[in-house]
Amino acid sequence: MNKVVANADEAIKDIESGATLMLGGFGLCGIPENCIAALVRKGVNNLTCISNNAGVDDFGIGLMLQQKQVKKMISSYVGENAEFERQLLSGELEVELIPQGTLATRCMATGYGMPAVYLLAGVGTEVAEGKEVRTFKGKEYLLEEAFDSDFAIVKAWKGDTMGNLVFKDTARNFNPMMAMAGKITIAEVEELVEPGALDPNFVHTPGIYVHRIFQGANYEKRIEQRTVRKKQ
Amino acid sequence: MALNKEQIAQRIARELQDGFYVNLGIGIPTLVANYIPEGVNVVLQSENGLLGMGPFPYEGEEDADMINAGKQTITKLPGSAIFDSAMSFGMIRAGKVHLTVLGAMEVADNGDIANWKIPGKMVKGMGGAMDLVAAAENIIVAMQHTNPKGESKLLPRCTLPLTGVRCVKKIVTDLGVFDVTPDGFRCLEYAPGVTIEEIKQKTAGRLSIAEDAREMAF
Repeated sequence: MNKVVANADEAIKDIESGATLMLGGFGLCGIPENCIAALVRKGVNNLTCISNNAGVDDFGIGLMLQQKQVKKMISSYVGENAEFERQLLSGELEVELIPQGTLATRCMATGYGMPAVYLLAGVGTEVAEGKEVRTFKGKEYLLEEAFDSDFAIVKAWKGDTMGNLVFKDTARNFNPMMAMAGKITIAEVEELVEPGALDPNFVHTPGIYVHRIFQGANYEKRIEQRTVRKKQ
Repeated sequence: MALNKEQIAQRIARELQDGFYVNLGIGIPTLVANYIPEGVNVVLQSENGLLGMGPFPYEGEEDADMINAGKQTITKLPGSAIFDSAMSFGMIRAGKVHLTVLGAMEVADNGDIANWKIPGKMVKGMGGAMDLVAAAENIIVAMQHTNPKGESKLLPRCTLPLTGVRCVKKIVTDLGVFDVTPDGFRCLEYAPGVTIEEIKQKTAGRLSIAEDAREMAF
């Protein structure tokens, strides 16, 4: 049960143009930097990307947008990216905006084997257009379908060769649900360890959901909004 | 004198109750954390997956893996908990978060809120706002009473695409504190030196003035 691949290029080698990808991360926190760089190198295009955000101009998914590799973004928040805005306004890029909790839960539903869930967010707004509305205990809900994706690409702190993953701090965010939701799930980790090195009680994503794993290199971990206070 | 942003945050902080789990949105709502009354213990939730959000880190101690929903570097506290985005919105949806404070572009006198999109201009997305307003029992909006053109943001009906329907319970603006009631906005307090006349003039939606309406004190 060894799922280790050599590097990011190896991990993504069968991702073809036109694929639907899930990419973990919140802003630039917990994004699969190595795989994004490999996708840029490979030059695949026409991609549909499901990711909470679209990176910034020169980092994260922004790097793929620069190379015009993305056909459609499915996200909850896409501010802070001028190239994204330009492509959207010029009609080069499609975007589907989804409430953040709905996005997370539609990924979760996939990983739990549920075809759809009823959710509150967006009732009475344009998000509800075309969706089945059902009332439970006097409250209206929207039927939201689980996401299909060809590949889920996530970033974890530690992982073992069997694909068990542990995330660190708020770099966890969308990574665990997306890891559960890929037809093929690729995990890049800061530290790859042998089975037994992770305490099974503290595994966040069981290896059954992960198909390929590798130790990433040269993590930049860029900070989007550096906010600090002075020592007294 | 109309309230400044810090005073709006300070006034909202008085609504916090001991034991509350609270989600603070970006902008003025974030400032509320600076005015939590003494003796009131609240736990701040950040929807990217943190309960027990601490202050900004000291210079040099910032960590790219530790951010809030505004993507600012922050810290954990003793007793903090980390979780994924699905669980984060699970606890919001399940009503575990007692209070949500967020900004708005428009609020209608029936409690509708619009704060995510201006058609024809750049659309940044709703982020977690639609989930939060749909689920929270207790939503306070922090905003300016009028837009930069001087037009009322307290309207009979929202003109912008909605974020949520009939969900706002209370609004704190630079001019006063307002409940959203079946009869529209109800002014409970007014900013020091601001007249009821000015509030009436700058409120486009239905407005009533509470009998015991009083001037805010700081």
